[in-house]
Amino acid sequence: MATGNIETWAGTISEIGPAYPFVGTEVILSIVCAIFVLWFLVKQASMESAGLAEEQRKFGSKESLSKIVDSEDPNSGL
Amino acid sequence: MDNELTALGIIFTEFYYWVTVVFMFLIHVGFCMYEVGATRHKNHMHTLMKNTMIIPLVTVTFFLFGWWIYFAFSNGPWIIGPLLEAPWATPYSEVMAVHMGAGDLNGWERINGVFWAAFLLFSWTAASIVSGAVIERIKTSGFLILAIAIGSFFWIIDASWGWHPDGWMVQKLGYHDAYASGVIHAIAGGFALGVLIPLGARIGKFSSDGTPRNINPRNPWLVTVGLFLIYTGFWGFYVACNIPMWDVQAGDGVFYSATNIYLQPTTLSGITLNFLMSLSGGLMAAYIVSKGDSFWTYSGGLAGVIAASAGNDLYHPIQAMLIAAAVVPVIYKMHYWVERKFKIDDAVGAVAVHGYAGFIGVVVAGFMLWGYPSSPNPDYATINPLGNFIGAIIMFGVLGFLPGYVIASILKACGMLRIAPEIEIMGLDISAYTTDVNDDKAIVDAEREFVSKL
Repeated sequence: MATGNIETWAGTISEIGPAYPFVGTEVILSIVCAIFVLWFLVKQASMESAGLAEEQRKFGSKESLSKIVDSEDPNSGL
Repeated sequence: MDNELTALGIIFTEFYYWVTVVFMFLIHVGFCMYEVGATRHKNHMHTLMKNTMIIPLVTVTFFLFGWWIYFAFSNGPWIIGPLLEAPWATPYSEVMAVHMGAGDLNGWERINGVFWAAFLLFSWTAASIVSGAVIERIKTSGFLILAIAIGSFFWIIDASWGWHPDGWMVQKLGYHDAYASGVIHAIAGGFALGVLIPLGARIGKFSSDGTPRNINPRNPWLVTVGLFLIYTGFWGFYVACNIPMWDVQAGDGVFYSATNIYLQPTTLSGITLNFLMSLSGGLMAAYIVSKGDSFWTYSGGLAGVIAASAGNDLYHPIQAMLIAAAVVPVIYKMHYWVERKFKIDDAVGAVAVHGYAGFIGVVVAGFMLWGYPSSPNPDYATINPLGNFIGAIIMFGVLGFLPGYVIASILKACGMLRIAPEIEIMGLDISAYTTDVNDDKAIVDAEREFVSKL
């Protein structure tokens, strides 16, 4: 079993060409890569959307926001 | 690679770009620190993550299509010729990986990856410039789409057009922009301005009568260190814009020199003088015009370098210094004029420091280097003011502002651009902050219980 086309470093190295395993799968790897990026973007957007909605539900009341605003008031400690 | 001299040249070039990439990584570290320092405490982690995630997303998309665009789009395509073939730059190319150089690659198998990475780091920078302008109210999901657009698509189109030895802007306009005043900074600044309009200002930035208020950096030390790191990374950026060793002799004979991106001779010594002198001119002018404001003094140093960068391969150091010193007050005034007039909330002055300084820098280079060859190819247009002025408009307006505005407007229509005002008030880190507070409280309770049993 060999995953690549290199079995020895003896001989003419310049004739080896690509040194990574599974030469010939580059197009499939590229497609997998593109799908992974798209999956990430969709997943991240959905996570963010759910997270923001949850935060708004938990802390978005007028009372909560008033507390936050009061805590930021530079005159509040005076 | 079958004789020592050839191997030395190729491996030196490979190592040269590798070193520039490591230096340029500091630009991103600097941007992260700078942005977090400029952000209010309630948004720190969100700001950091927004900028950090530029790294993987722009990297992977630049691998998938950005690098190929650089080589394939030099004719437009269809402005002066067809789409070009660039099989070595596709994601499925064998030389986009470890390769021992079979065939007639002439060492490209060892340069391709490090050259790709040098360009990639420029891509991160372009996206990071936009990132700073939009802090504290943009959704990460919307921003990441914008980052991919500017970092892996629009900037590399402009590089292919005006920052490639055979780009159509070089050929027809005589466009010259050696250290990317336009191709990185003007486009990113223009893109940021295009995003800021549909994004809108942060709550409280403007009073009811439209007077702008300062939302000052919350951690000036982080901002300071961040900007110093950006300066440091900028060295790597300058060096990465060169080719370290190339036969530049036209006609008979051989003469090896470092070159700019257009394969025209320059020297590392010369660009080092110009980098430092333009930095100095920018710092001094910004210090005076801002009356010693630290944020603007540091930013002015950066803007000074950017303003001189288009011609810093050939300027005299004092010319570079004077250009920087002359441009910085202009961009400083423009920042506040645009802010007041159009209610643009650019949180870090990115549009001014990168966009306006880059635009003006390209225009100035057209005058300063008027009549110089734009390329080793004698059939290409020479450098001229009109060519660089049109080029600056293409960079800032056509490939920067316009796509930024259109994409951000679409994201806004889809509800993906801006967070709700309630979230903006509570801060984007509210969940993490609340969890921390609750955990801290629980730990104190546990400690109190332990002490009570003593």
